[in-house]
Amino acid sequence: MKVGIVGIGHGRFGRRDDVTVQELAFEPFKEALEDAEIQKREIDATVIGSSPEYHKQRSISGVIAEYLGMNPQPTWLTEAACASGSAAIRTAFGMIKGGIHDVVAVLGVQKMLELSTPEILALMGRVGDVQWESIFGTTFPGYYAMYANRHMHDYGTKPEHLSMVAVKNHEYGALNPKALFQKAITLEKAMKSEMVAYPLRLYDCCANADGAACLILANEEKTKKITDTPVWISASATASAPMSILRRETLTSLPSAVEASRQAYKMAGVEPTDIDVADVHDCFTIAEIMAYEDLGFAEKGKGGKYIEEGQSKIGGKVPVNVDGGLKSKGHPVGATGVSMAVEMVKQLRGEAGKRQINGAEIGLTHNVGGIGQYCFVHIFGR
Amino acid sequence: MTFKIFGKVNFTPYTKVEKFADALREDKLMGTRCKECEEIYFPPRADCSKCMSSDMEWREYSGKGKLATFTTIHAAPTGFEDMVPYTIGVLDLKEGGRLLAWVDNIPQEELKIGMELKAVPQIMEEIEELRVVYVLRK
Repeated sequence: MKVGIVGIGHGRFGRRDDVTVQELAFEPFKEALEDAEIQKREIDATVIGSSPEYHKQRSISGVIAEYLGMNPQPTWLTEAACASGSAAIRTAFGMIKGGIHDVVAVLGVQKMLELSTPEILALMGRVGDVQWESIFGTTFPGYYAMYANRHMHDYGTKPEHLSMVAVKNHEYGALNPKALFQKAITLEKAMKSEMVAYPLRLYDCCANADGAACLILANEEKTKKITDTPVWISASATASAPMSILRRETLTSLPSAVEASRQAYKMAGVEPTDIDVADVHDCFTIAEIMAYEDLGFAEKGKGGKYIEEGQSKIGGKVPVNVDGGLKSKGHPVGATGVSMAVEMVKQLRGEAGKRQINGAEIGLTHNVGGIGQYCFVHIFGR
Repeated sequence: MTFKIFGKVNFTPYTKVEKFADALREDKLMGTRCKECEEIYFPPRADCSKCMSSDMEWREYSGKGKLATFTTIHAAPTGFEDMVPYTIGVLDLKEGGRLLAWVDNIPQEELKIGMELKAVPQIMEEIEELRVVYVLRK
């Protein structure tokens, strides 16, 4: 039995001082209902993907379901750090596959900017293993900077390669009206921006944002009834890796991404070369370069060359993050994985406007949690 | 609760391996080894994730190892603002396992992945209450 996507919605990402978390969730949910042309009573459950530590409101699934008018249907939260949205998709996928529900709404939602700067800095200090690593003041950019330094040492990747990722994603973000930053940047600007964690500069890092995105998933029978233009989830795969970098076998790859993509390709019966368009987790520019390699788009160590040759641009081997990626869209932790899936549906329907990949048939999303302890890979087909 | 003395900021005062902090205070770097399957652990663990035994023994480390990677933090989290910029290194230990620590008194330009460094126990003298860590030196 196949699982289809029958409705999509995507709110504006950015500093949303104008809304509460439930109001933020309402926007893409309503859009997805209208897109699917169904009534909300036809939805059997609402799964929320979010990282709860950023919200003042506790237990947000309850508050959101109430605000959407989705009682008494069941609702719950899935958490996998920055991959919480993809965890929600996989949970809904599994519920439908298992025959428990026929139609499920998946909402990725996050308000990150209602915390004060000191609160954010305190959270930032606890992203790693708090017993053995955070006590030395490690940070998110710091971990990816350590991957970057090792990648540069082992494979000759250069700071220019990192900046090229930022330039590409800003170029495409300028075409996405839902993105936080809709402005192209120059290579020089990226390479001269302030240092955050050597060798990563400001333009190598994505920005925190508020945002929400929604998918409505349905079983094969309902999908065919609801829409003439279904997009099918042909693979939902995930894997884990040690949280601590002290227990990682490699510092230039995310083992969770390698394993999740291996499973995903097998499940969908496709090869990396079959992928027409992909959204990957570019929380930092080095993360996108590692993703090219972990997903098999580029050979191990050739990620820098891949961006240099323009293989991840429109017209290249696999266009990556043509919606601007986390870099340009902003990264509302729980919403990101769902936002990636929304982009794949738009691409496969031919509704992506100026950033449309002509004739896209197969799309892939790669959504990483934390510093690689979780990775979810989804493949979509028409 | 002696583990609370480990680190400039400590988040985990309770642990089964609290003896690690006592030893560090006495200038010793200790890891553990599983008596059942002989798997070695640094950082130390009380429970073996390979064979699931909890029968572990302590072993002393020389602290010697090779630099696996590093970074210099310019934007610090809470509790470390007074130190920026500070350099962090990951050391592949000669006796097995890894540790992460501040690089002490080596300019970033001199750091090379693969170079030999040593993790050395240190009492943080600039802080009034007792705080112990290890740092990386040449």
